[in-house]
Amino acid sequence: MTPTTSEEPASLEIDIEHRVGGFDLAAKVATGPGITALFGRSGSGKTTLVNLIAGLIRPQRGRIALGGRVLFDHTAGIDLPPHRRQVGYVFQDGRLFPHLSVRHNLLYGRWFTPAGRRYASFAAIVDLLGLGPLLDRRPLHLSGGEKQRVAIGRALLASPRIVLMDEPLAALDGARKAEILPYIERLRDELALPIIYVSHAIDEVARLADWLVLMNDGRVAASGQVGEVLSRLDLRPLTGRYEAGAVIETRVGETDTAYELTTLSFAGGELRVPRLALAPGSLVRVRIRARDVAIALARPQGISIQNMVAARIIELSAEQGPIIEIALDAGGTRLLARVTRLSADLLRLAPGVPVWALIKSVALDRHMLSQAPGIHASPDIEL
Amino acid sequence: MPILTQLEMEALGLSLKVGLWSTLVSLPLAIAVAVALGRSSFPGKSLIDTLVYLPLVLPPVVTGYFLLVLFGRRGPLGAALEQWFGLVFAFRWTGAALASAVMGFPLMVRAIRLSVEAIDPGLEQAAATLGAGRAAVFATVTLPLMLPGILAGTLLGFARSLGEFGATITFVSNIPGETRTLPIAIYGLTQVPGGDAAVLRLVLLSVAVSVGALFASELLARRIAKGAVA
Repeated sequence: MTPTTSEEPASLEIDIEHRVGGFDLAAKVATGPGITALFGRSGSGKTTLVNLIAGLIRPQRGRIALGGRVLFDHTAGIDLPPHRRQVGYVFQDGRLFPHLSVRHNLLYGRWFTPAGRRYASFAAIVDLLGLGPLLDRRPLHLSGGEKQRVAIGRALLASPRIVLMDEPLAALDGARKAEILPYIERLRDELALPIIYVSHAIDEVARLADWLVLMNDGRVAASGQVGEVLSRLDLRPLTGRYEAGAVIETRVGETDTAYELTTLSFAGGELRVPRLALAPGSLVRVRIRARDVAIALARPQGISIQNMVAARIIELSAEQGPIIEIALDAGGTRLLARVTRLSADLLRLAPGVPVWALIKSVALDRHMLSQAPGIHASPDIEL
Repeated sequence: MPILTQLEMEALGLSLKVGLWSTLVSLPLAIAVAVALGRSSFPGKSLIDTLVYLPLVLPPVVTGYFLLVLFGRRGPLGAALEQWFGLVFAFRWTGAALASAVMGFPLMVRAIRLSVEAIDPGLEQAAATLGAGRAAVFATVTLPLMLPGILAGTLLGFARSLGEFGATITFVSNIPGETRTLPIAIYGLTQVPGGDAAVLRLVLLSVAVSVGALFASELLARRIAKGAVA
């Protein structure tokens, strides 16, 4: 199920300036298929940016184009109204129509989509999101997680050329989040649609996104592949220190049935994690938090940690506090480690020094694992 | 022997006719005004706001007098309407309907406006992102969600019309078979010696009609709540 082939693959280009009251937003972003996370603190302009794309707010200057189609162009005087933008918007609060059943909520966008432009099939979307048992219910009688699944289905059934998700999980508790995440992963993997995913939860971003646009104070602070941006030391004030870590793509290897451990291999080495019910060869994304990585100068003996990766120090964060972060290069894969400044000085850690990164297996719980997305063409994201 | 006398039948029929016409004709305008006042801001909004609610605070006799001046056969509006549309209000049942409509209008607008303001504009935005243009958003989202308010406003307007007295008697007087609605008939009989029994019968009839209207709207509201309409 993909958008109609007669149109070129949708890519989104934004270059806008928008000023409301004291808030000043200026962003230049270009992205393609796959999930692009808009990440940043509340008030950094994420939702405003998404509303500008949907046409719910009009920017003062700039241009927004989707797949070669201009949605907004200040100089050319183009400003398509929201209903002609073909943008699927999943709101934080769901916004299901309370007077319509789930079925009619889902079909709402279809009424307004010309038959020739429809690519989303009702049966397929209902199946993809597990909505079958809910069809005849009213939104009032749905749980928070069910509501968001219906909201996602409703947006997709309008056959949009891009999907905007504004913190779709923010209103849900942990269990409900875990219920929806796999569905969003399926969307990412089964639809060749660009998805803009607004979030301030780093674990969601690390799990779902291919690309990351880091927003700060109305500006794009950084953008690029998720793993690259999240492991940059200079961005930790924005990405969050406690949750700082690296995201790496690994391939499932053999499983030791006696000890119930699965081997994951990546460019820099191997990791052993509690058994995964995945076929050998499948791609798995692993998030390794800096606080779960220790450093040794030589390969330690007699230690319970099994995951040891040879690496080289790239840089140390320059901080005065008791704790510092160290960026490591393990065969081309970037890892982050968190140690005390005292340890760093005692071990004489400096850029270029070869070390061993010690990673506790237990840190790689299922929560940190997800199906890696298919390989997408690199989007061109500029600062 | 029939249950109702000729006079009672006539007054009841006239009251219902005046009530239905005044409510149905003013309803679309009340919806438009309620949406405009509840949703948009435009120059002169507070003036319109005041004008709409004016009949609620003016003595009904004063409202009736204004109607007489404006819509009388020689009034500026009355003369024009008669000339172009052949529509005459003065001393006709249509005038009673107009007086009822004007008196009930603030109540209708108020009830409908409350329901408009209670609608989350986010739902209309969601509809727009799903491809619905402004008219479609109004027809498929705004209007259905206003339905309870529209129903309440209609009932209030109709009930107000059944009880309308002051503006009506000032504007179109008490003409049997033309403008003598239930309240006016009751008032007329209280002025006649020995009319007590007839008055009591009309009062009971009036109560029955009002309770019936309330009951019918209750039933309808329940059906809407159950979603039978959507």
